[in-house]
Amino acid sequence: MKYSAAQILWQGLTGNKGWKPAWRDPAPKPSYRVVIIGGGGHGLSTAYYLSNEFGITDVAVLEKGWLGSGNIGRNTTIIRSNYLLEGNQPFYELSMKLWEGLEQSFNYNAMVSQRGVLNLCHSDGQRDAYARRGNAMILSGADAELLDAAGVRALCPFLEFENARFPIKGGLLQRRGGTARHDAVAWGYARGADRRGVDIIQNCEVTGFDIENGTVKGVQTSRGAIKADIVVCCAAGSSSRVLSLAGLRLPIESHVLQAFVSEGLKPTIPGVITFGAGHFYISQSDKGGLVFGGDIDGYNSYAQRGNLPVVEDVCEGAMAVMPMIGRARVLRNWGGVMDMSMDGSPFIDRTPVDNLIFNGGWCYGGFKATPASGFCTAHLVATGNPHPTATAYRLDRFRRGAPIDEKGAGAQPNLH
Amino acid sequence: MIINHPLLGPRDASEFTYLGDASLIDRPDGGDIDAFHAYLHLRDNPAGEHRELWYHEYGDRSWLVVTRNTLTHEITQVELARDVARAKGRSR
Ligand SMILES: Cc1cc2nc3c(=O)[nH]c(=O)nc-3n(C[C@H](O)[C@H](O)[C@H](O)COP(=O)(O)OP(=O)(O)OC[C@H]3O[C@@H](n4cnc5c(N)ncnc54)[C@H](O)[C@@H]3O)c2cc1C
Repeated sequence: MKYSAAQILWQGLTGNKGWKPAWRDPAPKPSYRVVIIGGGGHGLSTAYYLSNEFGITDVAVLEKGWLGSGNIGRNTTIIRSNYLLEGNQPFYELSMKLWEGLEQSFNYNAMVSQRGVLNLCHSDGQRDAYARRGNAMILSGADAELLDAAGVRALCPFLEFENARFPIKGGLLQRRGGTARHDAVAWGYARGADRRGVDIIQNCEVTGFDIENGTVKGVQTSRGAIKADIVVCCAAGSSSRVLSLAGLRLPIESHVLQAFVSEGLKPTIPGVITFGAGHFYISQSDKGGLVFGGDIDGYNSYAQRGNLPVVEDVCEGAMAVMPMIGRARVLRNWGGVMDMSMDGSPFIDRTPVDNLIFNGGWCYGGFKATPASGFCTAHLVATGNPHPTATAYRLDRFRRGAPIDEKGAGAQPNLH
Repeated sequence: MIINHPLLGPRDASEFTYLGDASLIDRPDGGDIDAFHAYLHLRDNPAGEHRELWYHEYGDRSWLVVTRNTLTHEITQVELARDVARAKGRSR
């Protein structure tokens, strides 16, 4: 069923009896052309673009829990294309362009809101670095504006401008950045793929791979064996676990990232704001809750919950940059498990096992990548070649000495 | 998390910085590039028991090998990295 204003009117007049579940709940078939492991944002968007853009509809998405139970349902929903390096920025700008047309494309309200992303700077050196970053963004076709302190004050008068250690000197603003409703992104992609015949199979955990002479032939699952010509792994924080079943060791550590939401408040914060002297970022959801976060906890974890030192650190960051929220109560906090790579950048590539494709290493920034990640992964599956914006995301890049290290922190995942 | 330091007793994990898998002690010698690439970049990243290196930066500056469960965060063993390295014949 296509959603539209006319449909709402029609359903309203006929007792709302015609609404159907947004996707089917099929049993797995014995074989598919493409099997995708992981029903998070990236698995679902890969299935969507395979079926809608590349004409491959004999596809199953296998999800061990329920759809959206992973990081797609846990993130702080920030979307932006403000990267510096050549290997990254054109890819993230492609993603931003796809976000801009997403709701029309998949006929679902994902509440994409281009309310702006403002990165604050607190020293002259940091302002110079932001000027350089802004220029790199503009070169890739993205938008960027360098604000001085007065410009920031006009947008966000409530910030702590005169902090003795971290005075606000200005900021880099991307007006096209913003937020989206994370669950709706998963649901929209699921529905859009399902409408083309993709089977979305929940409660189906992949427990092994069938590999013959170095070529993958299918997967073993908690719901039986499933054959496939091509298998795509989109397991995010569980990438190492899943691909170890195929005998691979990845340049990845799994780490926990926490997020927080306050009680609902009247509109107070215009867009996304990030503190440049600590790690703290904040936005306000449409329900009114302040959604914020900071650093990862910093040790290997699959626990989906973090510890108190990071809670304290995040709240200190909040008080340093935005003391007005000190009286707001934190309603909930939670954690998600992320695939932190050795350079902080992702992978969309073939693996040493033929016909087994890997999408992962998204660290704490994979939500914004969801559209382009699915598009580029589908491109690789359908054409056999990487998409032009994703050629740097190779799995062997460390061996070749070609990391994409935005932070310049080296092979230390908890520093990216 | 509380790390039970072998010399100092229970200390809060926030006094420490985390390096990663304790196999980083086993740095390959010589010029085998593939072995060094694997040492530097590839990780087992297990879900479950993990032996890992923690540095007591805001304390006595010793390196520890902590055995911790990555699913529950439970710590079951803490050793001085020096002792672990010596037992492997890696240090004087
Ligand atoms: C607290 C937090 C805040 C974040 N904030 C942002 C942000 O503001 N902006 C941004 O861009 N990014 C953000 N991220 C990162 C982003 O959420 C992730 O990078 C992204 O969601 C990962 O891709 P995914 O959606 O496909 O992952 P997931 O939703 O985790 O999907 C992976 C799926 O694989 C399934 N799976 C695992 N093993 C198996 C198996 N054996 N068989 C079958 N299925 C399996 C899992 O159950 C899971 O559903 C944040 C992450 C967290 C945790």
